[in-house]
Amino acid sequence: MNIMLFHLMPYADLDLEATKDYPTPWVTLPNSFYDPKKGHLLYNRYLDELEYGEELGFDGVCVNEHHQTAYGIMPSPIVTASALARRTTKAKIAILGSALPLRSNPLTVAEEHAMIDNITGGRLISGFVRGIGAEYFSSNNNPTFSHERFHEAHDLIIRAWSEPGPFEFAGKHYHINYVNVWPRPYQQPHPPVWIPSQGSRETIEFAAHPSRKYTYLQTYSPFKVMQRYLQMYRDTAKGFGYTATPKQLGWLVPIYVGDTDESAMAEAEKHYEAFRERFLHIPFDMLLPPGYTSRDSYKGLLARRDSMEAKISARECNELGLFVCGTAKTVKEKLIGYVKEAGLGNILALLQFGTLPADLTKRNMERFAEGVMPDLRKAAREFHGDTA
Amino acid sequence: MAATFTHEVITVGGCKVTLKRGGNGPTLLYLHGAGGAGMVDPFLQDLASEYSVLIPEHPGFGGSDEPGWLDNMHDMAYFYLDFLEAINVRGAHVVGASLGGWLAMEIAIRDASRMCALTLMGPSGIHVQGLKKGDLFMWSPEDRIRNLFHDQAIAERLLAMKPTPEMQDALLKNAYTTARLGWEPRLYDPHLHKWLHRIKLPTQIIWGEQDRILPAGYAPELAKMIPGSRFHVIPQCGHLPQSEKPQEFLHLFREFAAGLPR
Repeated sequence: MNIMLFHLMPYADLDLEATKDYPTPWVTLPNSFYDPKKGHLLYNRYLDELEYGEELGFDGVCVNEHHQTAYGIMPSPIVTASALARRTTKAKIAILGSALPLRSNPLTVAEEHAMIDNITGGRLISGFVRGIGAEYFSSNNNPTFSHERFHEAHDLIIRAWSEPGPFEFAGKHYHINYVNVWPRPYQQPHPPVWIPSQGSRETIEFAAHPSRKYTYLQTYSPFKVMQRYLQMYRDTAKGFGYTATPKQLGWLVPIYVGDTDESAMAEAEKHYEAFRERFLHIPFDMLLPPGYTSRDSYKGLLARRDSMEAKISARECNELGLFVCGTAKTVKEKLIGYVKEAGLGNILALLQFGTLPADLTKRNMERFAEGVMPDLRKAAREFHGDTA
Repeated sequence: MAATFTHEVITVGGCKVTLKRGGNGPTLLYLHGAGGAGMVDPFLQDLASEYSVLIPEHPGFGGSDEPGWLDNMHDMAYFYLDFLEAINVRGAHVVGASLGGWLAMEIAIRDASRMCALTLMGPSGIHVQGLKKGDLFMWSPEDRIRNLFHDQAIAERLLAMKPTPEMQDALLKNAYTTARLGWEPRLYDPHLHKWLHRIKLPTQIIWGEQDRILPAGYAPELAKMIPGSRFHVIPQCGHLPQSEKPQEFLHLFREFAAGLPR
């Protein structure tokens, strides 16, 4: 079982009152609401939290990429991963992920990830994503080419890492006469690749393919949804003629551990709801620009729009598995149950969310590391055997 | 009396497109905008009393195929050159609205030999620094309809109509193709302006003064780029003058057409 510490690095100092009439903190919220002095403190606080994660025994620390938003101030996860590379010694560093279609030359991803893999002596986990729909507004990349560019960029990066250079790559979107990446990755043939997704059959078929067997991460979703997609992965693998291992399956979930179930919820509630209702609020047409999904998927999402946009309290989220909140015992039992029911081999714990301040984040991390992690590991080992 | 339009499917180079034909007289080819041409607009019904009106649905729109080769407006323009050849159009007055106006210009700079004149209504296709455009992709479907019209009573009437599932499918298909053609750069081709001088056809540009998608300031700028063109701005009018102010539009159209060489 891999237990990883995930950070979104929200702009937690956002003035929620002054920005409440703006439609979203994504793409169009004026960056005059960003104060670099506060940003300086936040970046250093968040990096400290990730570094402390290694000390507390997490197997890895995870960063991600989002653009032009208060939801997360990591437009380049390369920068945060690089900062962590020299301040950690044991933990894996997972970039979950680099948004491939947004790059005009995907070889820059191959180069940057390979550099971090070399600096850390092979501690990098590479993640590849398309970027969310809003990012097609902020980058102005054409969403109707998103899938094509993702697959082409992926093929180019994997070939650049694993085939001797120089060679020529002539695709539809990318044309490189001399593919010859220096440095080559430290891990051979290349770093492990993880694929974070909100869930789609196409993504699962891509990740589960026997030539790839990439770890699939269900991001922030109710337990039942996560369970359904992980089962889809196992079924897809079976269709390809092999059995998926728990290592190939992961879940990203916000977690808060307190002294009592009630005090945990009382401490976390408003910060969690700021995460869910404010930072994660993206208008439907910004979330799903035309072409970002297939038309069938779009129609499916449109039909579920009301439930997608419904206001759900932190307490209700705690019932659905959109949040795991309570005492160490409560959280541990829930997570062990989820691991067994869904066959998870990777838990990505989001221990800072929304406006959760430094002191509460630190205590949450410590309670999780001391009161949840050891028994969770033990239970997972007994359940999965050597496969995870 | 409204003209009868026939519906047929034309296959050009393996790509099926729908074509509505109606009326009698010289040929008028209508190139629709981002919203498609699922129905025959009243102004086209009107023009069918004097013209043989052709209304194709572009590849990727409405009932037409979505060919794998369709990546940009250049592909669309070359397809139309094949299409005009296949149905042997000659001497057509090409009328293009919005995205269709952009398409008309892309075709005409390549080969205008089957055309006699251009009428462009609020065409996209060029960029003018400093003139703020609307972003139809960012708007909700409701805002998109409101922002098409100056007269909000028209928008209210449209919003009150419940589209059938088939119409919704077509609208979604049209939106996807519009994004493919015009997401980046947003509804223009940065190279088009360099070649607009090749358009030697008599050209009339018509714009709604309150156009919230492409401001009316585009009209004189575009007119400067097309030699021998003239432009008119219709007051109290949004992005679709032919629908919002059909009488003014038809008057301008007929006046312009009457002056064309026979």
